[in-house]
Amino acid sequence: MLPNKKGYFGEFGGRFVPETLIYALNELESEYKSALADKKFIQQLDYYLKEYAGRPTPLYLAKTLSKYLGIYKIYIKREDLLHTGAHKINNTLGQVLLALRMKKTRIIAETGAGQHGVATATVAAMFGLKCDIYMGTEDIVRQRLNVFRMKLLGAKVIAVETGSKTLKDATTEALRDWVTNVRSTHYIIGSVVGPHPYPMIVRDFQSVLGKEARQQILKKEKRLPDYLVACVGGGSNAMGLFHPFFNDKGVKFIGVEAAGFGLASGKHAATLVLGRPGVLHGSKSDLLEDKFGQVKIAHSIAAGLDYPGVGPEHAYYKSIGRAKYVAVNDQQALVGFSLLSEIEGIIPALEPAHAIFYLKKLAKKIKKNSLIILCLSGRGDKDLDIVIQRLKI
Amino acid sequence: MNRIERKFKELKIKNKKAFIVFITCGYPDLDTTRKLISEFVRQGVDIIELGVPFSDPLADGPVIQESSQAALKRKTDINAILNLVKIARKNKIDIPIALMSYYNPIFCYGRERFIKKAKASGVDGVIIPDMPPEEDRTFIKLAGKFNIDTIFFLSPTSLSSRIKLIAGVSKGFIYYVSLTGVTGPRKKLSPGLVDNLRRIKKITAKPVCVGFGVSNRRQIKEIYKIADGVIVGSVVIQKIKENINRSDLVKRVGACIKKLH
Repeated sequence: MLPNKKGYFGEFGGRFVPETLIYALNELESEYKSALADKKFIQQLDYYLKEYAGRPTPLYLAKTLSKYLGIYKIYIKREDLLHTGAHKINNTLGQVLLALRMKKTRIIAETGAGQHGVATATVAAMFGLKCDIYMGTEDIVRQRLNVFRMKLLGAKVIAVETGSKTLKDATTEALRDWVTNVRSTHYIIGSVVGPHPYPMIVRDFQSVLGKEARQQILKKEKRLPDYLVACVGGGSNAMGLFHPFFNDKGVKFIGVEAAGFGLASGKHAATLVLGRPGVLHGSKSDLLEDKFGQVKIAHSIAAGLDYPGVGPEHAYYKSIGRAKYVAVNDQQALVGFSLLSEIEGIIPALEPAHAIFYLKKLAKKIKKNSLIILCLSGRGDKDLDIVIQRLKI
Repeated sequence: MNRIERKFKELKIKNKKAFIVFITCGYPDLDTTRKLISEFVRQGVDIIELGVPFSDPLADGPVIQESSQAALKRKTDINAILNLVKIARKNKIDIPIALMSYYNPIFCYGRERFIKKAKASGVDGVIIPDMPPEEDRTFIKLAGKFNIDTIFFLSPTSLSSRIKLIAGVSKGFIYYVSLTGVTGPRKKLSPGLVDNLRRIKKITAKPVCVGFGVSNRRQIKEIYKIADGVIVGSVVIQKIKENINRSDLVKRVGACIKKLH
């Protein structure tokens, strides 16, 4: 069972952090272990996932979309229907309960699209914890509705002006805060990235969506799907979906990254497609970097995908050929966005809109009787500003 | 015995402490870095810690972050830095030099290539703030083979088991981070500092030097009472920044060093 004791998935993962954080990561790891063995913790998490977040989410058969694309059946895992509008709450609920066990009084988080920030602010509000969210100034502009939501929930949104002014620098800034306030503060990382044990913990908390999807498809179709398709920024919704199917060898995984202005433009976030192994934010994984190991600035229309790193377990899946990673550009994502809105009446977030568009390409390559599950990681309300502008509505 | 080890032996005999200065290499430009190194030698600095700029320096506060960004804008890369050290050695500058780099630039450069070139250039040690020893034993062995010291960190949150581990692998000296936080000047020393240092000194006989947040002579004197040396960085970078467009920058930074030392 991966990761190994040192937090590695094959050659990826680990704990590349300043010495000060080693103690906190050890504390988190051992608390997580004891929480998993504690029935009360599991019951409590189940309770909140069900009663507060709205699980289980439907596995919806998108008949019109299937017909339109000429695919036998496409099922959509509706994480967009969760409280706060995305899968992020699965993880923040789990982690806030861990924070409470560790008697931490303050929560910090980084956010790109603002969905993780909102999901963190939400659970912090519910449990009465102080909450500071780091967000790049570029993302603050393009996801302003989520900034208002975080503020309404009582969180402080700290603007990050450095570097790319997006998710990468928000994460770096959050890590600096954590190094400083490590004794009182729990850092809720929002994706399957960061130093061990984060990639494992976030994966486990997000796996609830994949486990549900697996049970649901077996009930509805009496068989496993042929393909799982999900967007990948850091990779938490994709890993949540993929991981419970890992041993189902016939199920193919496809992760869809952001090609931004196009792979040839150099302005993209296709870390697994074009990156190479490196270390960022505490773990070894694939990375977009220049020839001297300086981290490149990523680009995507979707703030949640706009990240030059990726979770180490994805890099591992790629290295062993368990998953395939592809990229879809900004323009194509907008096509995916409109498509789902118009023919299924579901307005997706720009992140999973990348995965939706990819179905169009996939449809041309696969057998007609293919059964697909697509993870709709979040809803599109947060993106209306950008989409209105780009589609000239 | 390399230059760092020799330096600590020498200081011990004289009953003196190590005064270590950090600067970001290539800030504001490589030529100034070269001149600053000579000035530091003149001012009696014991060891120079030369920072390899990185795009995402997560252990650094705003002062060093800004200097790293500026150095990167001028395309300061590992080759240029190693070359600078090489030229300094040719010019008979014999002060111990340790490179401070985040892990990724070294990993990307190729670890073996880096160590070999560093050795050939006259580098004496490496300090990697985001590489705890257990993450890369291969690198430690490699550095050891070429007699380059791998200097590791301890912090206020390090438990006894970690102290033993770090003391075991750290060569040259142990870098004690005075506070939980990032680099940058602070008005006061962390209250637990003396107790923590005593705890470490009981476990290891290796030299322990204190850095992060050290910004004035009074603090340095306090630290000298219990540690083997001190590292100043941000306060020096700040001084460089204040004088960035002046022709007498090097002299003024030298005066700042003199005041601290």
